[in-house]
Amino acid sequence: MLAALDRLRPVRRTRTTSARRRESLTAFGMATPAVALLLVFLVVPVALAFALAFTDARLISPTPARFVGLRNFTRLFDDPVFYKSLRNTVYFAAVVVPLQAGLALVLALLVNAKVRGVNFFRTVYFLPVVTSMVVVSLLWTFLYRQDGLVNRVISTLTFGHFDGPDWLGDPATAMPAVILMSVWQGVGFHMVIWLAGLQTIPAELYEAADLDGATRWDRFRHVTWPCLRETRTFVLVTITIAAFSLFTQIRVMTQGGPLDSTTTVVHQAVHTGYDQQQTAYAAAISLIFFVLVLAVSLIQRFLTRERD
Amino acid sequence: MVFRIRRLAMASVAVASATTLVAGCASGSGGSTSGADGNTLTLWTHNAGNSAELDVVKKIIKDFNGSQDKYEVKLQAFPQTDYNSSVVAAASARKLPCLLDVDGPNVANWAWGGYLDPIDVSGSEVPLTDQLESTVGRYKDKLYAFGFYDVSLAFFSRKSVLNAYDIRIPTMDKPWTKAEFDAALAKLKKSGKFDYPLEMGTGGTGEWWSYGYSPQLQSFGGDLIDRGDHKSASGTLDGKNSVEWGKWFSSLAAKGYIAKKSAADPNPDFLAGKSAIHWDGSWNAAKNADKFGDDLAILPPVDFGDGPKIGGASWQWAMSSSCSNKEGAQAWLKFSRQNKYFVDYAKATGTLPATEAASQQVEGYEPGGKFNVLVRFAREYAQVRPVTPAYPYISTEFEKAAKDLLAGADPEEALGQAAKNIDNNLKTNDYYSG
Repeated sequence: MLAALDRLRPVRRTRTTSARRRESLTAFGMATPAVALLLVFLVVPVALAFALAFTDARLISPTPARFVGLRNFTRLFDDPVFYKSLRNTVYFAAVVVPLQAGLALVLALLVNAKVRGVNFFRTVYFLPVVTSMVVVSLLWTFLYRQDGLVNRVISTLTFGHFDGPDWLGDPATAMPAVILMSVWQGVGFHMVIWLAGLQTIPAELYEAADLDGATRWDRFRHVTWPCLRETRTFVLVTITIAAFSLFTQIRVMTQGGPLDSTTTVVHQAVHTGYDQQQTAYAAAISLIFFVLVLAVSLIQRFLTRERD
Repeated sequence: MVFRIRRLAMASVAVASATTLVAGCASGSGGSTSGADGNTLTLWTHNAGNSAELDVVKKIIKDFNGSQDKYEVKLQAFPQTDYNSSVVAAASARKLPCLLDVDGPNVANWAWGGYLDPIDVSGSEVPLTDQLESTVGRYKDKLYAFGFYDVSLAFFSRKSVLNAYDIRIPTMDKPWTKAEFDAALAKLKKSGKFDYPLEMGTGGTGEWWSYGYSPQLQSFGGDLIDRGDHKSASGTLDGKNSVEWGKWFSSLAAKGYIAKKSAADPNPDFLAGKSAIHWDGSWNAAKNADKFGDDLAILPPVDFGDGPKIGGASWQWAMSSSCSNKEGAQAWLKFSRQNKYFVDYAKATGTLPATEAASQQVEGYEPGGKFNVLVRFAREYAQVRPVTPAYPYISTEFEKAAKDLLAGADPEEALGQAAKNIDNNLKTNDYYSG
């Protein structure tokens, strides 16, 4: 087809249109692979999930899927586990977003200092990020056991006066334990993002602040913080979305238990859709999840918009 | 320059369209048959990583390929954890192999889902009637699968420990009653020698929960589903007897008799003497006997009122419905049903041979042998898990309820919710009539 277009090209043209044409052709060519992949692996599956949510599709079934209207949604809103999943997901996000973003910023400020050996600390803080979440989850499952390392340390530090709980086996401590581990694993990534932001701040600003006799806090409050505006938005949005899609840790460590204290929306979707073969029901959960994340992202976008 | 850009654009378009084309083909209808290329048949098994059992499969295939010139069977082995999902994925893509193995309780689901076709093994060396009932996979009165072995559940303990605490060693004629069992556990717990006197394998995942604990539920007189018509769980799974089981099961953890979550493989703990009694499958019998010798006691399940019960049905062989060479697949299935292979399987895997004749030839399992009692458990106590396409769903709900019970959930509530969910699932699936 392109060859045909070439033949049809007018013999005489101005230089500018031909250059622009070439440019747009290049752009088209470069965008195509990404667009095609996005279409095949994102747009089509999402559209399918939306459609499936209104059918009775099952993973294993001799009969084709039928349209059943809102049945999956009425069942979902009648499902006590779904509300627990929602509650746990919001709980996780509400704690992890400020905790992880704040801790990452503190670490970034620390490793931004110009002292010897700072690269060592940068590497150490970043190490968990490049480790697979499945491996990390497995290791922490051992650490959290009743007779695991965490409880040994607690026992030693308190001279045997205090025995830690069975962290993942107790509904009261399971989610906090997962949160702690997740923050530990993810904090390095956002530290690097903050660090990148910190290094874009011109040194003149700090010099000027010094000349004005600003304290360390003043410098942070009036130079660093305002200059990190873009970075802040990025960190906030990425942590929020990652927190909402909490799944791997749960799947490996608790499978949603004990007593549904760690089940999340995504975990429930995978469990019902795959383990329990209820494809359409899982699609309905995914649809609700999509709406939830979209709503939160829009609110964040609104709150962090550029004010003219 | 112009040329280079144009070439780049064209290459991109070509790559992109090729990608969509390939993706389109993969998701498209494809062929309606698969699993064989002419007379070369593909066979799938869950045994990768389990070399003892895999070697037997390989041997049968080699013998079969050597015994005739017409068909050739080709093996593909999967790790057990990925096997079921691989089959489901292959079925959705219509790429199932001709021959595959299937876990007993899944036969009904896969038969109903159209993955499997009924098979005919008449005229093979070992007649079907010789087999343990639990090793024959039937659905709606049609034969879909058969297995070479079954496994049994038992309490393993040490005679010296039981004698030391003055606990009666139960027999098949007089198994422990609930009161006796509870008293024994209390005594063992009180001794302070064991953190957890009973090892139930609560660190296991997936099907173990239903396989290991639903027989105890049935011994209480409860069940997973009403087996009359397989149309409701309410009144059965949340009935009076089931709730009694729930209270007992939950009390095991509350009283500290069992760990809420034991090690992923609890057998080493038992071998190390950390637990006094181990509720476990027959697959560990040989290991236990090696360690404890004559001190090992293989005990029948507790009679909680409705008789001792254990689960039945293990891995079985079947033929896919999309198989393009069904004669070849049937030939392989028939060929494999030779007495010597029943013996080989049992010897290699430490499982119970599916036939009496094979039992006689497997050391330890012959009448009077030290493991023969396990064969008798399988004959007398085995109850297959409900034969219904809904079983995989029922199993996940039971697993969740049992886990919740150990975490301290109210038995009526936990079992009630499970029963309600199962009823809902049955209803929305038109009772799996399709």
